[in-house]
Amino acid sequence: MRHLKKYLPLAVMALMVTAVQLLTSYTGTAYYLTQLTITAYYGLLITGLCLLMGYAGQLSLGHTGFFAIGGYVSAALTTHDLTACRNDFFITLLNHAHLLISRHDIYGEPLITVKAWPACLAAIAAALLIAFIIGIPVLKLKGHYLAMATMGFGIIIFRIVMASTYFGEADGISDVPAFTLLPGLTVSGDFSYRTQNYYIAWGLILTGMFLLINLIDSRPGRALRAIHGSPEAAEAVGINTARYKLLTFVISAAFAAVAGVFLTHFNGGIGPSEASIMKSVRYVAIIAIGGMASLWGALSMGVILNFLSLRGVFGSYDDAVFGAILVLVMLFAPNGILRLPIWRKLNFRHRDG
Amino acid sequence: MLRIKNLSAGYGRLKVLRNISLHVNQGEIVTLIGANGAGKTTLLSTVCGLLRATNGEIYLQGRDISRQRPERIVASGCSLVPEGRQVFAAMSVRDNLLLGAFVRYRAAKNKRRSMDLKPVYQLFPVLKEREAQMAGTLSGGEQQMLAMGRALMAQPALIMMDEPSTGLAPMIVKNIFSIIRQLKDKGNTVLLIEQNARAALRIADRGYVMENGKIIVQGPAADLLANQDVQRAYLGQNVDNK
Ligand SMILES: Nc1ncnc2c1ncn2[C@@H]1O[C@H](COP(=O)(O)OP(=O)(O)OP(=O)(O)O)[C@@H](O)[C@H]1O
Ligand SMILES: [Mg+2]
Repeated sequence: MRHLKKYLPLAVMALMVTAVQLLTSYTGTAYYLTQLTITAYYGLLITGLCLLMGYAGQLSLGHTGFFAIGGYVSAALTTHDLTACRNDFFITLLNHAHLLISRHDIYGEPLITVKAWPACLAAIAAALLIAFIIGIPVLKLKGHYLAMATMGFGIIIFRIVMASTYFGEADGISDVPAFTLLPGLTVSGDFSYRTQNYYIAWGLILTGMFLLINLIDSRPGRALRAIHGSPEAAEAVGINTARYKLLTFVISAAFAAVAGVFLTHFNGGIGPSEASIMKSVRYVAIIAIGGMASLWGALSMGVILNFLSLRGVFGSYDDAVFGAILVLVMLFAPNGILRLPIWRKLNFRHRDG
Repeated sequence: MLRIKNLSAGYGRLKVLRNISLHVNQGEIVTLIGANGAGKTTLLSTVCGLLRATNGEIYLQGRDISRQRPERIVASGCSLVPEGRQVFAAMSVRDNLLLGAFVRYRAAKNKRRSMDLKPVYQLFPVLKEREAQMAGTLSGGEQQMLAMGRALMAQPALIMMDEPSTGLAPMIVKNIFSIIRQLKDKGNTVLLIEQNARAALRIADRGYVMENGKIIVQGPAADLLANQDVQRAYLGQNVDNK
């Protein structure tokens, strides 16, 4: 019974994902799948951040930073040509470990780069390490101070990718190669891979949700909610609050980094806008509108709003819309729009009738 | 059970506790009374490891716990019922109780856990009725019981309570004190901090009086109840008129 309640939404989601794909293929609107794929990757970041914000109660305005680290490191490693330094000790070492690949770029020039798998793992490892290092001091802060410190981190990452030629400055990195996960499963924006990529992205988010749901329902999950409720009392019952906060921070950074890596290989590139602070504001707005401590709320709001945004519904007012949403939610629906009394009323009428 | 020797502690440069020594024997109720700001809560925080002692030693069952982290101290048998109850408002009564046993379980062992809840539910039947309710929606008295139940879930050798009667109606206060008494009868050891000095001294075996971070009087509870200085300062009696 308990398991049914826990896993039923996942099953429903899997069915919906399949239904949407069938529907688009039936109606000849398969071009929606591209935006839905991108939406899913943002959703992955959002659910991870929801664990940190909604459950552990720690606000972060720096998670675009981790997304960017994931995307940029993987992009840089798989695109920068190592031919010139192929005799360096370290590069020969990588070569002997079969971590390098020679291929041709889009102009047919030969180049040697790191393979996608090791690049992806290195990118995620880098994000985790940085999350760990900055998490230790930063998570000692509370409330506004934590928000400002994480925002500072986000800005630093943004300025680094904007300023360094290695990361392509304002142009970002393009021509990022496809990433073959397993034989027959390739993360790529290529037209012929569209359906496959839709399922990869949504499969990834289903996996992520599965992990998060189980985490929240476990001993560490109870510890997180306790920390959110009362840090002092949590300490008093014997919860190492610093350790659990750090753990959550690193986990949510991992979700962001994975999303960054996959989306970058899917898009074939990454630019500084992915590291912009406005993206972080957007994610926070989405989690707030989803009801803070609600993974499903955050995910559904994330999917709807990001999809609309990618379809261009908000036009050039995109950022303004998300800013406005944040203000409106805080004023009128601090518990998220899924918990507005109006739903309860509709529900009652439904039952009566 | 608990032995504190020459303990000093404070917040940054502010020194609150000065050379406190006290002990609690196995199976006793010991009460610590004192005016607002005397340093009672500070003392409990220091014992729990929430605050670092600047000087002195704290022994729990013969082991020095004075420089350990809170989770180690809870695990070695010392639980706190914090001032102002501090229940986890957005979590169910049941989850609150399970969190009390946090240090005892690494892995989820559902069966053992639900068996564990029984003794607490026996002591506080109302918590059983409210099992699934959010703790924040309980009444003050029920929250106090929950805070006590949560501390008991750790199966502590020593349970420390910080002003459990604050803000409760006289009837409920009576109930709480009778439960503390029951805890003693079941073999628990209690260190009880109270503003309600008379009620505390009535159920306690011994008592300490604290003023400005120092212990100024100590002795058997009955002696303290009869002590004129204590009566004047803490029991609200005008001794001179008698
Ligand atoms: N977190 C803190 N930071 C700085 N000073 C503090 C802090 N907590 C308490 N104090 C100070 O320490 C002194 C003792 O406070 P404490 O809370 O231990 O008193 P108490 O005896 O528990 O009082 P009460 O009966 O009102 O609860 C007070 O002067 C108080 O202002
Ligand atoms: Mg106090």
